[in-house]
Amino acid sequence: MELLSFGDQGWGDEMLRAAAMTLAVSLSSMALGLVFGALGAAAKLSSIAPARWLAEGYTTVVRGVPELLVIYLLFFGGSGAVMFVAALFGYHGYVELNAFTIGTLAIGAICGAYATEVIRGAVLAVPRGEIEAAQAIGMPRRLMFRRILLPQVARFALPGLGNVWQFTLKDTALISVTGLVEIMRQAHIAAGSTRQPFTFYVVAAVLYLLLTTFSNHGFQRAESWANRGVRRAS
Amino acid sequence: MNFALMWDSTPKLLGGLVLTLELVALSLLLGIFVAVGLALMRLSSYRALSGFAYAYVFVFRGTPLLVQIFLIYYGIGQFEAIRDSFLWPFLREPFWCAILAYTLNTGAYTSEIIRGGIESVPFTQIEAARACGMGRLLLFRRIVLPIAIRQALPAYGNEIMLMVKASSLASTITLMEVTGIARSIISKTFAPVEIFIVAGSIYLLINFAVSHAIRRAEYRLSAHLRAPPTPIVAVPVGVH
Repeated sequence: MELLSFGDQGWGDEMLRAAAMTLAVSLSSMALGLVFGALGAAAKLSSIAPARWLAEGYTTVVRGVPELLVIYLLFFGGSGAVMFVAALFGYHGYVELNAFTIGTLAIGAICGAYATEVIRGAVLAVPRGEIEAAQAIGMPRRLMFRRILLPQVARFALPGLGNVWQFTLKDTALISVTGLVEIMRQAHIAAGSTRQPFTFYVVAAVLYLLLTTFSNHGFQRAESWANRGVRRAS
Repeated sequence: MNFALMWDSTPKLLGGLVLTLELVALSLLLGIFVAVGLALMRLSSYRALSGFAYAYVFVFRGTPLLVQIFLIYYGIGQFEAIRDSFLWPFLREPFWCAILAYTLNTGAYTSEIIRGGIESVPFTQIEAARACGMGRLLLFRRIVLPIAIRQALPAYGNEIMLMVKASSLASTITLMEVTGIARSIISKTFAPVEIFIVAGSIYLLINFAVSHAIRRAEYRLSAHLRAPPTPIVAVPVGVH
C-alpha cells in the first residue's frame, strides 16, 4: 500500500498526474475528432462527389485499420508530413512533433472517423418536414442551421458520441507506445522500478474504470438534459 | 513513394498474417464459450450469478484491452504461486497470454451481443413452443437459438472486425504479427507511409472478407423474411 502513497516514496501522485494526462489527451482528441466528424459528415452529405469519396475513403480506412498502425504512421511520419507542409509555405527548418501532439492527431483522426458516422446519422434523423417548414417561412440557410438543424443534431448525436468518447478514452492507452507519460506508460515505469507489475496494472485498470464510469454518468445526465423537452409514452 | 520497398515488404508483412489469423480465430472460438456462459449467467434468476456477469462485463468493457494484456503478460508473474504452478509454461508464453486476454475481452463484449439476441426472441414464440409441449432444451435449440443467432449476427460481425484490429496489440508483447512486423520494418527503413499502405491493406482486406461473409450468412439465415421468389417457369427437360 505504501507504494501508492503520495510524495517521494510512493507512486500515488505520479499515477494521478498520469490520469490527468490521459484525460487531457482524451479531451483534446475528442475535440479534434468532433471537428473531423463534423467536416466528414458535411462531406458525406454534400452534393460534391469528390468530397463524398474523400470522406468515404477516410472512414473506411481509419475504421478498418488497427489503431496502433495509425499511431505508428503518425509517430514515424508525422514530423515528415508537417515539414513537407511547412516547406510548401517556405519554411525549411526542422520540425519535431511532441508525443502529446502525435497522440492527439492519431486518436483525433480515429475518433473523427467514428464521429463522422454518428453525426451523419444524426443529421439524417432530423425530420425533413421541419427543414421544409423553415425554408417555407424564408429562413436563411445559416439561421436554419443554427436554429433547426444544430439543436436536434446535437440531441440525436449525443448517445453515439458517448460511445465514441468511451472508445477514445480507452484508445489513448495505445499512445503509451510513443512514450507519452499517461496512465499506461506510468504504470509500466512504476512496475519496472518496483517489480510489482500486477499491482500497478490493477491501479491503471481502476483509474480507467473510474474515468469511463464517471464520464458515462456525465453523458447520461447530458442526454436527459438534452431530451428534457421530448414527450415520451412512458 | 517507394514502390520497390512496398513490393519487397509485402511478403514479409504477409508472413505475419498467419499469426494474426491464429490469434483472431482462436480467441473468437474460445471467447464464444466464455460469452455463452456469461450471457446465461446474466439472464439467470440467481442474483449472485447475474451480479457476477454484470461486474465482469463492466470491468472488461470499461478498461482498455492493452491494460488487460499487460496485466496478464507482465502482472501475473508477480505471484509465486502461479510461477510454481502447472500453468506457468503457458502463461510464460506471450502467445498464450494474448489468447487469454483476447478470450476474456471478447467474451465480455460477445456476451452482451448474445444477451441482446436472446432477449429479442418474441415471447409469443416461446409460449407457442411450450404449448406444443416442447422440453426446455429442445425449445432452446429449435426456437430461441436460431432466432437469437440471426438477430445477433450483424453485431457479432462488428465484434469479429474489432478483434481483427485488436490483434495488432499483441505486437506490444513481442508477438510478430502483421503490425509488429510493420513496426520493425518502419523503424529500419523510415518509410511509414509505404508500410502503412501495405499493412493497412492487409487488414482492410481481412475485414472486407469478414463483412462479406457475415452479409452472406445473414442473407441465408433470413430466408423467411425475404420476398417470395418469382414463380419458377417450367423448363423443358434437357434444356439446361
